[in-house]
Amino acid sequence: MAPSLEEPTQVDLDAPLKNAPKLVAPEPEHCPGPESTQAGVADSCAGCPNQKICASAPKGPDPDIPLITARLSTVRHKILVLSGKGGVGKSTFSTLLSYAFASNPALTVGLMDTDICGPSIPKMLGVEDETIHVSGEGWEPVWVLDNLGVMSVQFMLPNRDDAVIWRGAKKNGLIKKFLSEVRWGDTDVLVVDTPPGTSDEHLSVNSFLKTSGVDGAVLVCTPQEVALLDVRKEIDFCRKAGIPVLGLVENMSGFVCPGCKHESQIFRASTGGGRKLAEDEGIPFLGAVPLDPRIGQACDYGESFLDAFPESPACAAIKEVVRGVGREMGIKGDILGEE
Amino acid sequence: MPLENIKKIMLVLSGKGGVGKSSVTTQLALTLSLQGHSVGVLDIDLTGPSIPRFFGIEEHKVRQAPGGWIPVPVHDKQNLPASASSHNGSSNGSTSNSATVEKDVGSLSCMSLGFILANRSDAVIWRGPKKTAMVRQFLTDVLWPPLDFLLVDTPPGTSDEHISLLETLLKSTSGPTAPPGQLAGAVVVTTPQAISISDVKKELNFCKKTGIRVLGVVENMAGFVCPNCSECTYVFSKGGGKVMADDFGVPFLGSVPIDPAFVMLIEEGVRPVYPKGTVVGGKVAIEKQSEEGSTTSAEKTSDGLLVDKYRDCSLAPLFDGIVGTLVEDIKSMV
Repeated sequence: MAPSLEEPTQVDLDAPLKNAPKLVAPEPEHCPGPESTQAGVADSCAGCPNQKICASAPKGPDPDIPLITARLSTVRHKILVLSGKGGVGKSTFSTLLSYAFASNPALTVGLMDTDICGPSIPKMLGVEDETIHVSGEGWEPVWVLDNLGVMSVQFMLPNRDDAVIWRGAKKNGLIKKFLSEVRWGDTDVLVVDTPPGTSDEHLSVNSFLKTSGVDGAVLVCTPQEVALLDVRKEIDFCRKAGIPVLGLVENMSGFVCPGCKHESQIFRASTGGGRKLAEDEGIPFLGAVPLDPRIGQACDYGESFLDAFPESPACAAIKEVVRGVGREMGIKGDILGEE
Repeated sequence: MPLENIKKIMLVLSGKGGVGKSSVTTQLALTLSLQGHSVGVLDIDLTGPSIPRFFGIEEHKVRQAPGGWIPVPVHDKQNLPASASSHNGSSNGSTSNSATVEKDVGSLSCMSLGFILANRSDAVIWRGPKKTAMVRQFLTDVLWPPLDFLLVDTPPGTSDEHISLLETLLKSTSGPTAPPGQLAGAVVVTTPQAISISDVKKELNFCKKTGIRVLGVVENMAGFVCPNCSECTYVFSKGGGKVMADDFGVPFLGSVPIDPAFVMLIEEGVRPVYPKGTVVGGKVAIEKQSEEGSTTSAEKTSDGLLVDKYRDCSLAPLFDGIVGTLVEDIKSMV
C-alpha cells in the first residue's frame, strides 16, 4: 500500500472529555480517541476491534473532571511551564519560579512534574529519595519547604533509575491522578512543569484543567533558531488549545567567561533570539537569564540557586522574570513580597 | 521491506531533551559520510523535528513514488576536492588534518516529519496512537537507497515513539530476509551534569529491558572554550558521562565540547574559523588565519556543501575517532 501524503490531522482540542473505556486492542491510526464523542461511530472506527466497546460506553463528560475541579477549587492560580524543545531549562525554571514564589512567606506553592519519562524536578529540589504518603484524604505532596509542595512520578519508582516505559494513555492516567488524588489543599500558585513536545501530556493537562481554569503558560526558550523552531510550535499549540501565554523567557542567553569576563553567545541568536520571537508573535517577553554554570550546579545538588547566590546577575534576572510572571497573572504588588 | 537495503541501523537515544541528540546524529552522519559510507538519517521526533534544520534543508519536501516516500537527499556520493583551508592554513604541518586532503564522501539523505508539514511553525498535536502509526510508516514506507548506515534520531523519553520504533525494528530485523545483525545498537547521548545523567540512566535501563545493545555513551556539551582567552569552562559540569558509562558497563565514546563555530555552521552556514591556538579535546584545532586576503569573503558565505564545511570544524577530528571506534565495534560484532 502506498503511503498517503496527507496533511497531518490534528486532534480536536475542544472535544468534551468523557471517561475512556477499557480497550481490547491498541487504538488504530486515525482513532478519534476513545474519550471523544465520535468514539465508535467515526469513519475510522470501522473494523476496529474496539468499536463496540467505544460505541457502547456511556457518553457524556468524564466523571473525573468535576472531581478534579473540586480538588483544585482551593488552588488560586495555575501556571504551565512549556517549551517545544527539550533541555532548554523548563524544569530549572519551574524550580526557580517555585522557589521564588515560596520565598514570599505569604504564599503556598505547589509544583507538579508531568514529565513522566524524564522527571527531573525531585532531583533539582533535593528530594529524590522521598516517597508519597497516601492517606484517606488523598496523596500527600512531598514538602520541600513549609510552603512548597511537589509531586512527581519519581516518588513512585521502586528504584531511582528505573525507566518508565509507558505509552500515552497510561501517562494520561497518572496525570489525572496527580490532579484528582493529590491533596494540594490551600495553595496560592500551582506550577505545572511539562515534558518537551505537544503531545499526550500537554493535551491531558489542558483538558483536565480547562474547567478549573489556567492562568496561562510561561514558555521557555534558548536563543538559537533550532530551539526557537520548536517553541513556535508550542505557541501554535497554546493558540489552538486556547491557553493564554503569560510570556516568553529566554534561558542560557550569553555566557560570561569566569576567566576573562568576555561574554560569548554559546547558543547564538542568529534570528534575533527570544525577544524577536516574542515581538513577532505578540507575546510579552519576560526577560533573558544568562547562562551561569552555578545554576546547573545548584540543580545537581538540589539547592536553591536564588538562596545560594543572591548577588549574581543571573539571580537578579530570574527575580525580574518572576515579577513579570506575577504581573502577567494579574497579581497586585510584588509577588516576591520584597518591595 | 524497504529496510532490506540497509546494512546497519543505529539509534541515537537520550532520556533527556536538548542534550544534543540531533546534533550528535548530524555529526555522526557527516563523519560516516566523510569516511565514505552511504548514510541515511531518519528523524522520528514528531513534535519537534530538528534534522531538516541541522542539514539546512528545511525548504525541501518529500516526494512520493510508487510504493513509498523518497527521502530528501543532502548530497550524493562524490569526490570532495582538498578544502580551501589547505592553501592558507596549517602550513606548519603539525596541525595536519583531514580537512586538507581530498576525500570520497558517501551519499547522505534524510527523512523527517518536518518535510511533510505545510508550515514550519505548525504544531503537530498528536496523541500516542497517531505517533505510533507515523513511526511505523516511516520504517516501512520510506524508499531508502542502498545504505551502509541508517541513523535514527529520537525524541527524548521512553514512550510511544520509542516503543513503536523498537517493536517494529525488532520484528523486521529478526526476519529471514534481513541482513544479519542489522540492528547494530544505540548510541546514548548525555550532558555531564547530574540532572541529565539521572534521566539518561533511565534510557540505559530502557535499552537493557528491550535488549538493545548500547554501542556507547557520548558526553556532549562538556566544557566551553572561551574564544577570547581560550580558557575552558565546564558550563554543565564535567566527567559525568564517563562515570555513568563505567557504572553500566558500556563503552564511553568520548566527550564533545561546546563549539560555537559548529552552532554557527548549522545556524548560518558559516565555515568554521578559529582563533590561533584554540585547543579542543586536547588537540590544537585547525588554525585558520583570518587575516585579510587569506580568508576571502566567499568563504564567509553559505556556499559549499555542509559536509565540506564540516571538515573545518574542530569537532570533526573528534567525531572521526568516535565513528572509527563505532564502525570497528559494529564490524567485530558479526
